[in-house]
Amino acid sequence: MKNLDVVIIGAGIVGCACARELSLAGLRVGVVEGKSPGCGATAAGMGHLVVMDDSPAQLALTHYSRSVWSELMAELPGSVEYEACGTIWVAADEEEMAEVHNKSRICAAAGVQASVLGPAELSKAEPHLRGGLAGGLLVPDDGVVYPPAAADFFLQEAVQAGAELLQGSEAVFASQGMVRLANGTKLTAGRILLAAGADCSLLPGLPIRRRKGHLLITDRYPGFVNHQLVELGYLKSAHSTESDSVAFNVQPRRTGQLLIGSSRQFDNDDSRAETKIVGQMLERALAYMPGLGQLSGLRLWTGFRAATPDKLPLIGPAGALTGEVADPSLWLVAGFEGLGITNAPGAARLLADQMLSRTSVIDPQPFLPNRFAAQEAVYA
Amino acid sequence: MSHYEVIVVGAGPAGIAAATAAARSGSRVLLLDENPAPGGQIWRVGRSMLKGQSEGEAAKNHALKRLRDSGASFLFGYSVYDAPAAGELRAICESGEAADCPVWGEPHAVSLRYEKLILATGARERFLPFPGWTLPGVFGPGGLQALVKGGFDVKGKRIVVAGSGPLLLAVAAHLRGYGAEVVCVAEQAPLAQMLPFAISLWSHPAKILQGIQYRAALGSAPFHLGCWPVAALADIAGGKLTGVQLTDGRRTWTEDCDLVACGYHLVPNTELASLLGCAIEHGLVKVDEEQRTSVAHVYCAGEPTGIGGLDAALVQGEIAGLASAGKPTRSLQGRRVAERKFARRLEAAFRIRPELRSLAQPDTLVCRCEDVTYAALEKRSGWTDAKLQTRCGMGPCQGRICSAALETLFGWKQISVRPPLMPVPVSALVYSESQPVNLKENQ
Repeated sequence: MKNLDVVIIGAGIVGCACARELSLAGLRVGVVEGKSPGCGATAAGMGHLVVMDDSPAQLALTHYSRSVWSELMAELPGSVEYEACGTIWVAADEEEMAEVHNKSRICAAAGVQASVLGPAELSKAEPHLRGGLAGGLLVPDDGVVYPPAAADFFLQEAVQAGAELLQGSEAVFASQGMVRLANGTKLTAGRILLAAGADCSLLPGLPIRRRKGHLLITDRYPGFVNHQLVELGYLKSAHSTESDSVAFNVQPRRTGQLLIGSSRQFDNDDSRAETKIVGQMLERALAYMPGLGQLSGLRLWTGFRAATPDKLPLIGPAGALTGEVADPSLWLVAGFEGLGITNAPGAARLLADQMLSRTSVIDPQPFLPNRFAAQEAVYA
Repeated sequence: MSHYEVIVVGAGPAGIAAATAAARSGSRVLLLDENPAPGGQIWRVGRSMLKGQSEGEAAKNHALKRLRDSGASFLFGYSVYDAPAAGELRAICESGEAADCPVWGEPHAVSLRYEKLILATGARERFLPFPGWTLPGVFGPGGLQALVKGGFDVKGKRIVVAGSGPLLLAVAAHLRGYGAEVVCVAEQAPLAQMLPFAISLWSHPAKILQGIQYRAALGSAPFHLGCWPVAALADIAGGKLTGVQLTDGRRTWTEDCDLVACGYHLVPNTELASLLGCAIEHGLVKVDEEQRTSVAHVYCAGEPTGIGGLDAALVQGEIAGLASAGKPTRSLQGRRVAERKFARRLEAAFRIRPELRSLAQPDTLVCRCEDVTYAALEKRSGWTDAKLQTRCGMGPCQGRICSAALETLFGWKQISVRPPLMPVPVSALVYSESQPVNLKENQ
């Protein structure tokens, strides 16, 4: 039986980033991955590194994480395809333009560089957007990565620092410092870190819901889109915690390919692409950028975000969420919804800080899983 | 939305037989194919210059006449790209140049509804990477034959035909018929592996005769068994093919040539079946004795159920067509069983030799869409890992070409098929229920 300091369950980008952080700090780390590293939500998502200001805590975490990404930039291999393309939040009308100014003030207060674009500047920055839009907010330091390669980079760094990848057999049991894999392998560790995204099978009752998304990738059209473009209406649709929604969200990749999104659906476990919402999603995209219609679409796929009720991730000891019997060995790093790629390196630092009793750069309190302890019965 | 009792996808021999049988049984049938005319790969329309082909031509013309007389409707020049719901297919003519396109030159997508669906999607060539296989001038034998039928001039060109499968001799004979100088034909399968197959042909005299005709049509060009290409060679500039290096495992020599036609037998097109959720076993669509797949109301006939050639396709197509219309198929079952045996012997005879797995060098491209080399793939743990970390199979062909090579090289099985089945304009994926479809009835 193998004895480790930490067993991380799940080699998505978050699990891999934690493996790197903990291994570099000298802990003996094992990473359990049933399939292939980065093949879940990591592979399904866009890879947008974005500062989001839904709440002060989210702003703090995304801003912090983005700064960790910039710190890493020099080390990232070419395969990660880091592009500092910036984000433009597109405002369709004057109401959304007011939101642009509001966001601009929030950014200024938080020290996030951002500039307001008028209609002419917007159209100059993105000539393929339709005419008649009100303007936008350019956040130049946002960026894009290719997430599976980024996860692999974190994992390889962890392995070089001594971490071990146990691939091909999933964890079927994790409790009280003991992990058992489907193939019978047993591992013991002082701490077990669940980094399994929306998969709550090892600890049912977590306040995490699957939120399905669709994406389409096109053939290569370098220069067609220059920034990650997101409609400000996205905020409304992403905020809505119940109904299905779509929003215009287009990303230029280094290859010249475009990713077109996005959709959000709760309580839908069908991993197939669905005609109706794909149609709505693409119609929305074409309404903002009609020229997309003529581009060649290569592949449509779905993925599942791990959404929490307050839209903030769970980072820290599972605490009272482990149920009736206390299990001090269980830790959580999950529930990132659409921000797992952005937040992976920052969340890994926060987690390592807690495990190693270090002081964090940002306040870890809003992300502690125990915040849901009182309401646990509601989700169980 | 156009509604049919039976839709047949693929108008090769299997699809033609299926559509004819279903329509003659009284069903309202639509036969659909991406090519502008029926025939598929084997009966592709084009000039034939071989006297020995007259019998085959007669069979084809007879089948086409029966199809035209059957009452089936046609939709040619359209490719199926999605199956968004049970009983529904989406197809597109991207060039906008098909007869049914409302605006010439504008891509036209249609939604089609069916009660029964017959998949007769045929097969494609298997390519295995070797140094130089991506040079201009290196083709697949079937691909080159199609080009020649479409007008590509090979008169006086020196051509090496290599790889594996019964197609090699047929293609070589055709090329010679069009005035090419066939330098040699190199079949990778050794004589010992081919013999049981050759002997079994005595129960299929027509196939023997055809083989003899092809061999005769080859003239003095040598036919090497147990021989395969190890590298295609280019001039110093790297642009022009100058020859191909062949080996028989003992010695290696160079044949000068202008073109190489190299392909390793066939891979069934099972993507639409996979998208529909049909069970696939050992790379083949699983069917019962009436060609029913594991998905209700979906049938499959011809190569996707096992590479068996023309006769297997015809009998399976007819069975599927009859079964879809609720008609008995007993009288065809004997032929069906015999053709299945033939298909199994065919598979054994042209089994890929292990040496072909080690031809690729570290810098040899395996995935041409995304420029992924053998060295990059060798390090990966499987298909998913390779896709995620190298983008292998993620380009416009969506792994159609490299997946068969990866299965041969590394034993990786293609894992998932995602819509669309081939690249389509983004606008074609905006499905709205009310989209009008104007299909001309062409009975």
